[in-house]
Amino acid sequence: MSHTELLRLATAGSVDDGKSTLVGRLLYDTKSVLADQMDAVLRASVDRGMATPDLSLLVDGLRSERAQGITIDVAYRYFATPRRSFVLADTPGHVQYTRNTVTGASTAQLAVLLVDARKGVVAQTRRHAAVLALLGVPRLVLAVNKIDLVGFAESAFRLIAKDFMVHAIALGYAEADVTAIPVSALDGDNVVDRSARTPWYTGPTLLSFLETVPVAPDPHDAPFRFPVQYVIRPRTPEHADYRGYAGQIAAGTVAVGDDVVVLPAGRVSRVTRIDTMDGPLPRAGAGRSVTLLLSDDIDVGRGDVIVAGTPPRVADEWDTTVCWLAEHPLQAGVQVLVKHGTRTVRGTVTEIVSRFDEQALGTEDAPVSLQLNEIGRVRLLLAAPVAADDYVDSRRTGSLVLIDPSDGGTLAAGLVGAPLPSFDAVDQR
Amino acid sequence: MPDNLDTLESEAIHIVREVAGEFDRPVILFSGGKDSTLLVHLAVKAFWPAVVPFPLLHVDTGHNFGEVIAFRDRIARRHGLRLVVARVQDYIDDGRLAERPDGLRNPLQTMPLLDAINTNKFDAVFGGGRRDEERARAKERIFSVRNAFGQWEPRRQRPELWNLYNGRHRPGEHVRVFPLSNWTELDVWRYIERERIELPSIYYAHRRNVFERDGMLLTSGPWGAARPGEEVRELTVRYRTVGDGSCTGAVESMATDVADVIAEVAASRLTERGATRADDRMSEASMEDRKREGYF
Repeated sequence: MSHTELLRLATAGSVDDGKSTLVGRLLYDTKSVLADQMDAVLRASVDRGMATPDLSLLVDGLRSERAQGITIDVAYRYFATPRRSFVLADTPGHVQYTRNTVTGASTAQLAVLLVDARKGVVAQTRRHAAVLALLGVPRLVLAVNKIDLVGFAESAFRLIAKDFMVHAIALGYAEADVTAIPVSALDGDNVVDRSARTPWYTGPTLLSFLETVPVAPDPHDAPFRFPVQYVIRPRTPEHADYRGYAGQIAAGTVAVGDDVVVLPAGRVSRVTRIDTMDGPLPRAGAGRSVTLLLSDDIDVGRGDVIVAGTPPRVADEWDTTVCWLAEHPLQAGVQVLVKHGTRTVRGTVTEIVSRFDEQALGTEDAPVSLQLNEIGRVRLLLAAPVAADDYVDSRRTGSLVLIDPSDGGTLAAGLVGAPLPSFDAVDQR
Repeated sequence: MPDNLDTLESEAIHIVREVAGEFDRPVILFSGGKDSTLLVHLAVKAFWPAVVPFPLLHVDTGHNFGEVIAFRDRIARRHGLRLVVARVQDYIDDGRLAERPDGLRNPLQTMPLLDAINTNKFDAVFGGGRRDEERARAKERIFSVRNAFGQWEPRRQRPELWNLYNGRHRPGEHVRVFPLSNWTELDVWRYIERERIELPSIYYAHRRNVFERDGMLLTSGPWGAARPGEEVRELTVRYRTVGDGSCTGAVESMATDVADVIAEVAASRLTERGATRADDRMSEASMEDRKREGYF
């Protein structure tokens, strides 16, 4: 059996930058599009009076998207090369759908941000870059698309790449984390195959970069974090006293014999067994779903976190950065449900500390509200304590969602602490 | 980095356990097909050594393959799971549904499915759907809230952040859950090989009398037979998907075991639905339309 790694990536860009076409091109040139899918695209392209197949139709799946010619919702696409399997979240460009970019970016290990070579870095590029930085996407590719429409000019490419780099560095990226590539999604230049029309460009094509870029590994060397999902108690004669804590390791590694603490209560115990149906494991690392057995018969249930090493903070009051995703604005005093790990508690947004201006990279203190798609810092007061890490230290145990208690809708993406560097300036003031 | 099958397995087990932790009455849609069989396998792994804490639900069109129904019953027994069956035939017999002129029964499944969800008060319904199957499915969340009429409203989907799945829903609503969202057809087959998962025999090459209709190789059964002018031939075939006999086509194949199937799928130039499902060929957006009505 082949052994391939999985890379999760997201694409972002503003309307008409050619994102869906680029994704369609990646799928088409990696031969991930099969004959019947291509037939459907050809038929639909002819129906729309187009001379060449419109590859964006491979990804724009909803009726309203095809009718309007824009992407509204995140579409997930799958392709593979002999080296890697890719899960690609193709996110919409329209400002009103930025929240769907947040969805795609939250699990991405890398993002491809598109700009139109004729327009360069625009407001939506800066907004997306801020969202990607906020959500901790570790690597960015700037795909300077439609390079054919500026005559394959190196100067245009360099100018845009430099302009973007300034913004990315201000958001906290290192120069080595950002790679700019000149492409034409429509014609395929530098997407999968190297273009003869950009002889001045010596870097990798988009696909070869995606295949070879080192993937930020799950944080195996981070302190161990294990949110308990479910207690397994078979109550059968064979397993009469079995009591296992099922979950997915959020960070770090665990080994049999490790001393652990169960939070938020703070009870101490030891790991006696790491179970799976395929047999017990001596140790297991981040990302793995396992069942832990402990030496002591203590009260552990869903919502608890089993930890080792540097402990997370246990508190009922939190400084949080939120990306507001609801149509109605956030106002201080609102009651919410806070889902963190496997625990959901009631809470109140007691204060909106500041609003982030992703264009000027500044902040406005004490705004009246946060509107849809706005990023800001808030104070959260919870009805019960939770054990959480700063988002910059642990994506899985530093993230939370705010939920509307009345209709169950998702209100905001929350990140513990202040993940963006420009927010630090506010702290020091 | 771990193998992508390990990553997908851990992700799916995490999703299954989240549902067990957050919902009162989950159920697994189980047809005996490869995706739902894989789902049951993952659920068994998620709760081992305890039994899976939810029943199975099958919407039987009355036109299923005999081998698949026998397999369905065997799997339910093997894992000690209660099997709820909703029968399209019952609805046709008492007039709540009418047979369609084209004889297809897949589109008739929605009403019995929604009735079964409502009468049993199921609040989470696991499906084996994968995002790589079809364009509308590519847009679906892992936790997908359905309104009181079982309908999917693509424009009202919740943002799905990190692996924090929001299963909140109002009374009467339910949540469809798709733990295999990120699997491809090839991943499914590689995992079936790795875990030695048993499947109905018709997934592998066998001799069968078939006839061609709309470019598909259909076989006769309770759902009908060849029409005049449709020549019946005995061929070596297998099924890439297992659904209602009236609209599921076979493909010519010599693949007699999992390794052969993997080689065949890897080299195929057609998607599994394009190759074998008449109901998906009806229009550009037929899956989206059916999902909006409450389909799987």
